[in-house]
Amino acid sequence: MLKLKFHFFVFGTFFMLSIFSGCMPSHGAGKPTVTVWHWMTDRDPALKELAKRYEAKTGIKINFELYAPSDAYSQKVRAAAQGASLPDIFGILGEKRDFASFIKAGFVLELTGYMGENSGEWENVFFSKALAVNGFNDGNTYGVKPGIYGVPIDIMTIQMLYNKSLFKKLGLNPDKPPKDFTEFLGMAKKIKAAGLQGLVSGWGEIWMIDCLAGNYAFNIMGPDKVIATIKGEVPYTDPDWIKVLSLFKDMQESGLLVSGIVTMVNKTAEQIFANEKAVFAFNGSWCVNVYKGMNPELKYAVFLPPKASDNYPMVIRGGAGSSFMVNARSSKKEEAVKFLRWLTDDDQQAYLAEATNNLPANKNSISRVPEILASFAKSMDCATHPNIWGVRESAPVIEVFGKGIQSIIIGKKSPEQVAAETQRMKERELARKRK
Amino acid sequence: MRIKSSLENYILVLPALLIFSVFYIIPFIWVFQLSLFDWDGILPVKTFVALANFKEILFQDSSWWQAMRNAGYITLVALTFQNALAFLLALACDRQIRMKNFYRVVFFIPPILSEIVVGMVWRFIINDVDGANIINRFFYGIGMPQLAHNWLTDPDIALTTVAIVHSWKGFGWGFLIFLAGLQTIPRELYEAARVDGANAWGCFKKITFPSMVPVIVLVAILTILGTMQAFALILGLVGGEFAGHTSVPVLRILSVMRDSSRFGYACAQGLSFGVILVVISFIQYRLSKRYRQR
Repeated sequence: MLKLKFHFFVFGTFFMLSIFSGCMPSHGAGKPTVTVWHWMTDRDPALKELAKRYEAKTGIKINFELYAPSDAYSQKVRAAAQGASLPDIFGILGEKRDFASFIKAGFVLELTGYMGENSGEWENVFFSKALAVNGFNDGNTYGVKPGIYGVPIDIMTIQMLYNKSLFKKLGLNPDKPPKDFTEFLGMAKKIKAAGLQGLVSGWGEIWMIDCLAGNYAFNIMGPDKVIATIKGEVPYTDPDWIKVLSLFKDMQESGLLVSGIVTMVNKTAEQIFANEKAVFAFNGSWCVNVYKGMNPELKYAVFLPPKASDNYPMVIRGGAGSSFMVNARSSKKEEAVKFLRWLTDDDQQAYLAEATNNLPANKNSISRVPEILASFAKSMDCATHPNIWGVRESAPVIEVFGKGIQSIIIGKKSPEQVAAETQRMKERELARKRK
Repeated sequence: MRIKSSLENYILVLPALLIFSVFYIIPFIWVFQLSLFDWDGILPVKTFVALANFKEILFQDSSWWQAMRNAGYITLVALTFQNALAFLLALACDRQIRMKNFYRVVFFIPPILSEIVVGMVWRFIINDVDGANIINRFFYGIGMPQLAHNWLTDPDIALTTVAIVHSWKGFGWGFLIFLAGLQTIPRELYEAARVDGANAWGCFKKITFPSMVPVIVLVAILTILGTMQAFALILGLVGGEFAGHTSVPVLRILSVMRDSSRFGYACAQGLSFGVILVVISFIQYRLSKRYRQR
């Protein structure tokens, strides 16, 4: 009996080993295969089609592997970095600080040299702000060697949208969106009287709130003061920050915000705007594809968030939408760079934009995209992104600030209380960093 | 011969021991080790901070304790409302009622559904923004509009809504375990009690309840462990932490790990949370043991 058990054990061990060995990657001969990990479900078919074209042209197989949703993808990339098993090309989701950590850990190839070849032939095809998101300047606070470390494949801007048909229905000029914050608030009465909802956005997601608050912070106090706040030189209790927070209170009190906005994920907000239940939306350029799928007849236009002050120009969040990085430890990094260069050429970028309704990172392809999509790119000059500021607010502070705005909207806290709470968290974070 | 036999036995348990070590013991040690460091999850360099993460959790992290309070509230509702409902339904189905097998199946459907699906379905049922708002329509329909509420967007109600939906999803497990427990009580005890003149309440007080104490403790411990760790249902139902009003410990740990990239701190939160759960379960076990000894 014991002998039988022993044989069973030996068989079992071999069986397990054979299973595990089956999980090992196989190494075939011939032309190399470049593996790309990505998270973009909507772009997967188009990327795979481009991979086929590239293989037909060069014989090099490009293996796009989709890991969605983005949260799961992000964890997968981190786990792969810890196990030194990153693919040849991958994307990094998260903050600039995470990107910097990947670079400092030696996982990301510096592309400055490749971009600069032939008098910057490759570098010059991109929107400068898209490239800036993937670069590190001299004296950056992350301790990364200055240079370009990623290749943008598309860009995005986050702006205000309005429904032109509903504007007509409300007796408003469909070509004239509100020009300032007072006019914007003033529309709430008309909107409510017509039984419609005002502004919809996915403010259950903190980053969306942070985005609009950031726009108004730049408009009210200017970039220097915003950056000084992040550096800890100006407190969040400063009157200018209270003004920023008060805008959300004003929007709520005027009845402009849709009910339940603070528990709303962006997908739901998109559904509401696409179904013509809300007049305004605050959303990114990716929405063109989303709205097209939800309601192809939707007539809408883009405008900058209405300014709350004449002190500084209004800015919007924008820059690289999605970017790819080359694994510095890959044996196929040269092939990977060549593929990315091909992927960002005019024709491929135009194809991607056409197939996925995302703004191309290549500025030469912008003339070949639909008008509504191109209108998102028109304000690219007003775009900024925390990843190009050189400093980044810490996540716990952003969280307290964003949750505080949610609390203002639901009437649980005043702007002053939120400012004080944010400042307390800021001081805690500064103290932690000093240690 | 004896040594050989022992050796063979040890070899036979080796695969199980290996699997247990690789998937349980080593990760636990690693999590403990990480909790003593400040680490972003990417850089090979980790900064040793000793017990600073635990100190921060204990004395500075108010959002963590708010999440603990919220989880405690949901657990309290589950321990009382959910388990009382499960117990009553199990008592009903233990009797000779018509279609009791049908009820058993129906009551067990909610627990086998995915938490995220349950959350989204209930969101559709009760939310007035992106849902059908069936509950409020019902209240309007029966002429009681004062009972209609913003179930998910009113910060004073949202957590209770979460707790009730969680109880709806979870009562089936308790029901099943209670029913199994009730069926192990010898019927002769009831017959003898009735012969001695005991009424239904007397039978319940003197036979059913004392016999069910170990089962009640088991269900209570499982309820505490399951409810304190709930998060997917909240994500589906409310979409997240709702300015902290529906935050729970697992959502906090996820947020710290994902948004703040503080892996060491998240590990410390996970360990602290684990210790709290073990302590609560242990206290409950000791209390029930004392009750049984009495």
